Order: sequence, then C-alpha cells, then structure tokens
Amino acid sequence: MGQPLLEINNLQTHFNTERGRVTAVDGISFSVEKGEILGVVGESGCGKSVTAQSILRLFDEKYTASYDGEIKLQGEDLLKLSKANMEKIRGNEVSMIFQDPLSSLNPVFTIGFQLTETIRIHQKHTKQEAYQMAIELLRMTGIPSPEKRIDEYPHQLSGGMRQRVMIAMALACKPKLLIADEPTTALDVTIQAQILDLILELNEELGMAVVFITHDLGVVAEICTRVVVMYLGQVVEEANVEDLFTNPLHPYTKGLMKSIPQIEGNRSEKLNVIGGTVPALTDIPKGCRFATRCEYANDLCKEKAPDLQLHEGHHKVRCWHYADIARKEAVEHAIPTS
Amino acid sequence: MPYQQAEPILEVQGLKKYYSVKGMRREFKNQQVKAVDDVSFTLNKGETLGLVGESGCGKSTTGRAILRLIEPSAGKVLYNHEDILKKPAREFRKIQKDMQMVFQDPFSSLNPRIRIGESIKESLTIHSIGNRNEREEMVMDILGKVGLRPDHYFRFPHEFSGGQRQRIGLARALVANPSILILDEPVSGLDVSIQSQILNLLQDLQDEFKLSSLFISHDMSVVRHISDRVGVMYLGKLMEEADTDTLFSNPVHPYTKSLLSAVPIAKVGRKRERIVLKGEIPSPLNPPSGCIFHTRCPYAMDVCKQVVPEKIQIQDRHTVACHLYN
Amino acid sequence: MNAVEVNANPKRVKHDLKRQERALWLRRFFSNKWMVTGSIIIVLLLLLAILGPKLTPYDPYKMVVKERLEAPSAHHLLGTDNFGRDLLTRIIYGAKVSMWVGFASALLSSIIGLAIGLTASYFRYLDNILMRICDGLLAFPAILFAIALMAVLGAKTENVIIALTIVFSPEVARIVRSRALVVREETYIEAIRSQGASAARIIWKHIAPNTISPLLVKATFVFSEAVIVEATLSFLGAGVPAPDPSWGNILSDGKDVIYTGWWMTVFPAAFIILSVLGLNLLGDGLRDLIDPQSTSK
Repeated sequence: MGQPLLEINNLQTHFNTERGRVTAVDGISFSVEKGEILGVVGESGCGKSVTAQSILRLFDEKYTASYDGEIKLQGEDLLKLSKANMEKIRGNEVSMIFQDPLSSLNPVFTIGFQLTETIRIHQKHTKQEAYQMAIELLRMTGIPSPEKRIDEYPHQLSGGMRQRVMIAMALACKPKLLIADEPTTALDVTIQAQILDLILELNEELGMAVVFITHDLGVVAEICTRVVVMYLGQVVEEANVEDLFTNPLHPYTKGLMKSIPQIEGNRSEKLNVIGGTVPALTDIPKGCRFATRCEYANDLCKEKAPDLQLHEGHHKVRCWHYADIARKEAVEHAIPTS
Repeated sequence: MPYQQAEPILEVQGLKKYYSVKGMRREFKNQQVKAVDDVSFTLNKGETLGLVGESGCGKSTTGRAILRLIEPSAGKVLYNHEDILKKPAREFRKIQKDMQMVFQDPFSSLNPRIRIGESIKESLTIHSIGNRNEREEMVMDILGKVGLRPDHYFRFPHEFSGGQRQRIGLARALVANPSILILDEPVSGLDVSIQSQILNLLQDLQDEFKLSSLFISHDMSVVRHISDRVGVMYLGKLMEEADTDTLFSNPVHPYTKSLLSAVPIAKVGRKRERIVLKGEIPSPLNPPSGCIFHTRCPYAMDVCKQVVPEKIQIQDRHTVACHLYN
Repeated sequence: MNAVEVNANPKRVKHDLKRQERALWLRRFFSNKWMVTGSIIIVLLLLLAILGPKLTPYDPYKMVVKERLEAPSAHHLLGTDNFGRDLLTRIIYGAKVSMWVGFASALLSSIIGLAIGLTASYFRYLDNILMRICDGLLAFPAILFAIALMAVLGAKTENVIIALTIVFSPEVARIVRSRALVVREETYIEAIRSQGASAARIIWKHIAPNTISPLLVKATFVFSEAVIVEATLSFLGAGVPAPDPSWGNILSDGKDVIYTGWWMTVFPAAFIILSVLGLNLLGDGLRDLIDPQSTSK
C-alpha cells in the first residue's frame, strides 16, 4: 500500500457568518488510496461538499473561511501551500466536477475554447496541439463526433453532454485525483447510468482515484470501493462498500438504508423513518451529534460525544452502542417474528 | 386495493398540449412542440396513479393541463363523468376545490409575504367555506394533521425547513377537503430521511381523506412505493401502463425495462444486467418519426421508424405502445 | 427562530410574534444610520411646512420696502428678499408648496402607475397598448413636457401636480409591470390559481403586495424629483405664480440680486438640496429594509 494518495487528518473548516463562527466540517479524517473510488455520503448540511471544496481550498480564506488540520496530497500538506502553489495543484493534480455543469461553463465561449484554455494553463502546448488534445478528450468522454461538437456553445448541449465536457475538462491534465461533487444528481436516470459507467471506465483506464460525493446510496453501491458516511460535519461510519451495505453499524446509516423506497423485492406498506431534522450548525448537540434523532440514544449519548472507533478490519464507527445494537438485532433475526 | 369495485373518478382521454414555436430560426417556423401527445389514462377512486418519466417527458404538463393551469390543446378530462375542460372558467373554479395540487418546490409555491396560516386558509376563503373563526380553526386542525404546530400559523415561509414547507404544501392542498390530489415531484427536493417522513405522512393522509392521487415523479423507487398503478411517459407519450407490481416485476416496453435497469440499487453484489440506452433524449422540436423511442431502442425494427405504435392491451390492466407486442 | 413558547395559546403567540416583528423592524430601521438621517430631515421639513406658518410672526406677502434685501440678522433670521419680505417665512410657505406638490405627485403617480402596471402585466393583450403609450410619454424630457402642459393648463399649483403625475406615472408603471411580470411566473401564483382564485384576487392580494417594495422606493424618488421639477418650473416662471412663494421662484427672484443678496440664492437652494438628499436617503434605506427574506436576521 505505502503512502496514500490523499490523507486528511482532523480537518476543520470554519466559516465566519453573520451569526458568528460556524464549524461546517469538524474533525474529518480519511484517506484515499491510489486508484480507488471513495464515496462520501450524507444529507444536505452534513458537510460533504464543504469537505470536497476544502481539499482544493476553494473558499475565500481572507474573509469567510479558515481551516485547521492537515490535507496531505502525496505527503505534502495542501493547507500549508502558498496561493501560487495551490493553483498549480488545482486542475493539475486534483480536478473537480460539480453538480450543475451549465453554471460551471462560461456561456459565451465554445467548449473547445474553454477546453484548450484549461490545457494551456497547465501545460505548454501550441493552440493547434491543445485543440487536437481537446478533441481527443471529448472522444475519450464519449461525446459523438467531437470534431463538430468542439465548436458548439454550452447551451447547445444537453445536460449529460455538458457533464461529459466537464469531465473532459477535469481530465485535461491527467489528474491523480478527481473530486466529483454530486455529478449525476441533476441528470435523468438513463443519463446518470451513462455518466457513472464513464467514471468507472476512466478510473480503470487511467488509474485515477475518485472522491465521489453523493446523497444517493444506490450510486455509492454501484461505483464505490469504500464509503465514508457523514452527519453534521463529522464522519459517523467508514467501511468497504460490501461491509457497509451488508453490515451497517451506525444507527444513522441503518436508518438511511431503511428509509429509501426499494425498486425490487417486497413492497413495504410503510417506510422506516428517521424522526426529526438535522440540527443547525449553530445549534450542535453537546454529546453525540445524532443523539437528537437516534432511537437508541441514552444519557451517555446526550452527554458525551463518542469517538470514531475501529470495529474490525477497516470498518470504523462513531457510536457508543453499536455493538449492543448489533447483538440485539442478531437476536431478533434469530427468532423469526412470524 | 380492491380492484373489483374500481370506479373511475378521473378519466383523461386523448389529452394533448402542443406549443407552437415562435423562433427566429427559419427551420422551426410553424413547428409545434408536442409536450403531451395523446395521453389517456384513468384514475380510480381511492387509487394512486404514478406517472414516471425523465425530464421533458410531459408528466408535469399533463398534471397542469388537467387542472387547466395550462390550457390543453385537445382531449377530454372527465371528473365524475363530466368533461371539465368544457366548463366555463367560473364554473371550473368551483371544481378546483375538489382537485388540489402539491408542487415540487414548496418554498416558491408559498407567497413569501403571507403568513403560512393565511396561505392555507386562502382556499377556504376562495370557496367561501365556513366563517372567519371556523376557517381559522380548520387551518389549525389541518396544521396538526400534517405534523405542524398551531403557532406555526403566524410564521412566514422562510422560517421553515424544506420538509416542513412540504407539510405546509400538503396542508394547503387538503384543507378544503378535496377528492383528488395531483402531486408534482413532491419529494424530489428533499433529503432521504425527510423524504420518507413526507411519504409516510402522505400515505396516512390519503387514507384519512380518502384521496385519489396522481403522483408525478422521476424517481422510480418512490413511485413504486406509493402507487397502485403506474404509467411510464416518454417524450409526451404514455408508453406503458400497469399495476405497480406487474410493471416492476414484468415490464414489457423496452423503455420501461431500460429505465428500471438504470436505477442504482443500494445493495452490493447485485450486478444486474443493465440496458444502457444509447444517446440522449431527442429534442421535442424534432421528434423521431414512427415510434418516438426508436432512436434509442435496442430492439428497433424497420416498422418502428415509420408507424406509430398503437396502445395494446397485453394483459388485464396492462397496456403498452410497442410494435414488439403487435 | 424566535423564542416563542412551544404549544402556547396561538392567539398569544400571534401577539408575541407581531411584537417581536415590530421590534425587529425598528431595530433594522435604527441600524441604518443614513436612513434615520433622511427620515429626520424629511420629518423636520414636513413639520416646518405644516407648523411653520403658525410660528412665524411675518406675513409672506406683505412688502416692506424699507427693509428690502436685509442680510440675515436676529430680526430676520435668513434676511429679507428684494421686496422686503422675511425670507424664512417665504421659504416656510415655499416648503408647504414643495412638499405638497412632491407628496401629491408621488402619491398620484404611484396609484396610477400601479394600476397601469398591474393591468399591463396580467392582461397581456393590453400590455402592448399601455406600454407604447407609456413609452411615448417617457420619450419627452420631464421638464419640457411639464412646461408644455403648464402652457396649456395655466400656471397653478394643482396643474403642476397634474403635469408631474402625467410625467411620472409611466415610470412607475414600468417598474410595477416589470416586477409583476416576474411575480406572475412564480409558482405561488400558479398554486393560488390552482385553488380556483379569481383574477382580481390574484392581482390585488398576491401580485400587488409583491410590487410594493420597488414601488415605494420609486415613489420616494418621484417625490424628490417632483421637488426639483417644481422648483425648476417656478424658477422658469412656468410653475407656482407670484406672489405665492415657492423655492423655485424665490431662487428666480434671487438670481437678479445675487451680488447684493446672496442669501436669497443660498437658502432656498440649501432647502432644495436638503429635501432631495433626505428623500433619496430614505428611498435607499427603504430598499434595504423591505425584503421579507431578511426579516429573520
């Protein structure tokens, strides 16, 4: 294994808001190995997008945001880099794609212009060379007749095509890491399937690691190798994809899995529900952050925050009672309720 | 659901909505976009009919055309066997009490300057139900039923979270005691844990108010969970319609099959055989001839390029528009 | 969220909430220093216009030849004009005219502009006709148009108001229409339409209140512009006729004696500047204040 590609240690991202300082990401640690696809899941407000943008330090550090902790890319701490050096990392070593490809593309330039520009920022090429590379990139991302498409404007393309262009742009400098922030959320399912296939393909062919941020557990199961589950700015569970789906440990993960309607199998009359809502960042519970919504929460949970502890192998969970809960459920399973 | 005594409450027959294109580009002159093209279905009393499809398939337009928020170009909508599209505006407004709509984005569907209690009360005022005090009480009552507190009455929409706003949307739709509910993507903007709360609430309310619902969504699993029957739409046309269990266990239309296989499943080790569709959804400005799906269909035959397939009944309560079954 | 007791009696909650909201408005108003300044200026000017005539011992019309063009002194605080009338008294009476003309034209053009704007935005077939008429009126420079109208209608205070209303209504109408066009596409308008609401209800209860904030802001600017145009008209001799005092015609008289009686130019001009400044500060402040989304902050 050796050194991981990306290692995040105890990352905190703070924002200065009108209502005071808010910590949107509070002590996140995880690592990304070369060539793997790591899923980061959670609901809105859990800090998954903030984590992603923190890796590239995309927030305005002068006024709004400040970071603590370490983000090591191949051993080098990105949080310690100068502005100029950070710019060399962005788009070069680490690229990012976003949920809404239309607003990430400039409407007044052709996609070819924007692609060649990206290529020429980081690499020394003539316009002609860059143009040829752009066509190649478009072909690689599965855009039909790229020679023609390259001279079109973003609005002439469909949502799926735009996301392909964004991916092509992200691939321009052969990054070692691609951060994909909800890249398929705005797309239709049949188009989503195509884009997911494309990301898998590129991951295999180029050996590029991917951090895939999503709220959709189905997508995670489909493409990720490892998963980090986030809740209210913290990691609550981390596991290989098989372990997470066959044996989820945290009550939040379990709750999420049970509350999604299924496309196959028996139709249940009612869905399982996680009661309540996510607390505001200005109003974080004292103990375990999930305690306000957890059916197993007791006084300990309300008073003292649990640490992320190793269960077995690579499976980590942040819960006081996960072992008891698992035991209890095993008993319930053993005695059929019918 | 007791299918035997199925009694239609809403029958949509040959509904069409065409937009004529006013563009600068000459090739589009005098062209029409067929947003909804000859859609027919029946909603039975107490039933939930799901309409699924991808963006641009006309499912939302269908919902709005039934309520005449968009005037349909042709077709009939029979409510209790009366064609409501023929009614003069004044009379139709009275019928609207019985048919309520819940919108996708509950925030933008609430007037930001009006207290939510007043917003909910409005449909009572419009249809002159009860006096002032009675109305206020009815609103407090419905607030309780959708899981809000009476004191929420006096608050403004921006003070609520997404899930609460959708509860407000439901309260407004239900306060005048309608018989039909048209839900346009009611949970698609919500987080998973909030989505399940709203879906469960919706089911409870459907039972309590004995509602018949048209549930419009792009999310196959949600539609499967909530609906008794499902219609699949593509580019303005209804491709397949069947009871939910039949449709999901035995889909026959190639589009339905591929749509189902494209849904990611939150389970591991279940490598499904996926039918990945070629290409993109064609532009509605320039729809394919013959079967509208033939450009992406893995089983397309010559006949599909020329002849529009008729709706065929392949089983009891299962219809499909595809040449493969002719 | 505000700290309102959960499960309390709804009526109590309503009362508490309203009080909290009122406190919030006041707090936001007072936190905007410029707006407070503007409001103080306007209130003082209004008080001056209403109460001033009762406080001054002088008659604005009575000429005292002996005392003409006296410099400011304890006797005549702002001096006297070229007919020996007390300048402060003339300015106070002029304030009454200016404020009245400004207020009346702002109010009238708001009402007319609102009606035209809403009609044009909701009934699309009327839009073209109404807006082309407005465009035609807008094509004239306000002052020229007012002068032409005054020539036809005669120089009278009421006619100044009519002229200004005709000039400013189309501007208001444009603003209301453009806002209303945005509002009518909102989902909540569709939602209320789906409930079976009548056109009148949709327009007056749902669209109109959402156009009020730009309208109110525009109205304060119309007010200040009306003050200027009225002064200009009177200055040119096409506005309030002598011997009635108005800031404009005092200025006009003052220009002939600017070397001997600087106060006749400086003081009325200062009042015009002050009132326009006050109104513009108020208008800018209103724009920030009226925004429902920021109420919770």
